[in-house]
Amino acid sequence: MPSVDPPTAGPPTIDPPLALLAELTHRCPLACPYCSNPIELERASSELHGEDWRRVLREAAALGVLQVHFSGGEPMVRRELATLIAEAASHGLYSNLITSGALGGEREIAAFAEAGLRHVQLSLQDHEAANADRIAGLAGAFERKMKFAAAVRAAGLPLTLNMVVHRQNLDGIAEMIDLAQSLGARRVEIAHVQYYAWALENRAALLPTRAQLDEATRIVEAARERLKGVLAIDYVVPDYYGVRPKSCMNGWGRQFLNVMPSGTVVPCHAAQTIPGIDFPSVREASLADIWYRSDAFNRFRGTGWMPDPCRDCDRREIDWGGCRCQALALTGDAARTDPVCALSPEHGVIEAALTEAAAAPAPFIYRRYR
Amino acid sequence: MVDSASVLRLAPHIVFRFDETRRRWIMMAPERLMLPDEQAVEILKLVDGKASVAAIVDALAARFNAPRQEIAGDVTEMLQDLADKGCLAHAER
Repeated sequence: MPSVDPPTAGPPTIDPPLALLAELTHRCPLACPYCSNPIELERASSELHGEDWRRVLREAAALGVLQVHFSGGEPMVRRELATLIAEAASHGLYSNLITSGALGGEREIAAFAEAGLRHVQLSLQDHEAANADRIAGLAGAFERKMKFAAAVRAAGLPLTLNMVVHRQNLDGIAEMIDLAQSLGARRVEIAHVQYYAWALENRAALLPTRAQLDEATRIVEAARERLKGVLAIDYVVPDYYGVRPKSCMNGWGRQFLNVMPSGTVVPCHAAQTIPGIDFPSVREASLADIWYRSDAFNRFRGTGWMPDPCRDCDRREIDWGGCRCQALALTGDAARTDPVCALSPEHGVIEAALTEAAAAPAPFIYRRYR
Repeated sequence: MVDSASVLRLAPHIVFRFDETRRRWIMMAPERLMLPDEQAVEILKLVDGKASVAAIVDALAARFNAPRQEIAGDVTEMLQDLADKGCLAHAER
């Protein structure tokens, strides 16, 4: 029968990137303890100007990027956002807004829809206000998000709810799915926390137990079957409980680039933690140069860099050796096998971490400028 | 359920277009790229919120001079799959 499949691994050439994550700012009214931004948040004074971003969007489209995700921090902090959405739309880019929903409402959403925004992804910390606001570190955030979701639907824009789950909200997962449905979302992304940066500092507060995880997975799978065609559910399981690593970013420099608020370009959120790599900036080079020719994007591209046991593994072009940043964070060397892989010689560090989940949760370290 | 009387359109978050860089048709959802093969492209081009599945099958059977029943099975199966994934919606009648 005819098929509509995701792209498979191609020959060892450099394909054009599919998606650009445009981190317009690191400023954000929320303080979630699992934020994917770096510990060292970039300040407003170092942010690219709107005209720089317009050039980045033009270059991205010319390079073959298909989707742009406007993100942050909270991208709605930037007043040029509608202009940037319009610029993206004028180049045929599919634009997605990744937002906390804590700033703005109907007026802004209407302007974004008018400018050509295709989709909104709204974060949700829990299904009820008290715990949601505690996790977000902002009183009243939940109420604002509810109003924001209604404004998105009123503007006729498709809505995805993004729920980052962990031991302090996982037990409410069924209610979170119900809430998504009642808010008119067509899709939910339920993603277990990935342990980098802020989340790694908060791991002892966030990592769920195996029993918690299994119950949540059972609920998600049942809901997915029940809501087929009504609510699509994407579910990302925590790699700490896996046997093989995730295909992080679908491989270093294979599909994805992330432009940080200051213009630094990285292959993933956490790449800057890796020492000895000089990450290029859109202030000094074109996106095409950065994608195809920079040392940073070529460093862990493909399979040539791989150590044992990745090198001869029949999954080397499936999971691409897992995550470089996780290898660094947990083994001290970004060029090692991702230790979540059961074949990694350092897999013991994961087993040790899982014992944290049995103890009482540590207090949150909120994401703040330090 | 998708049946021969169904009238389908792309869901609002889906973009189906030709990409000049890759020289092929693509289908995009948030966070996802899908690559329809040649047959799927021909089917998707006919999903316009007006034509019924039966009319799409008729058009393809005529164009490719192929047995209608076989095409009907393939088309319905593919459209059902995409509808289950939330990529297609039923048009108002």
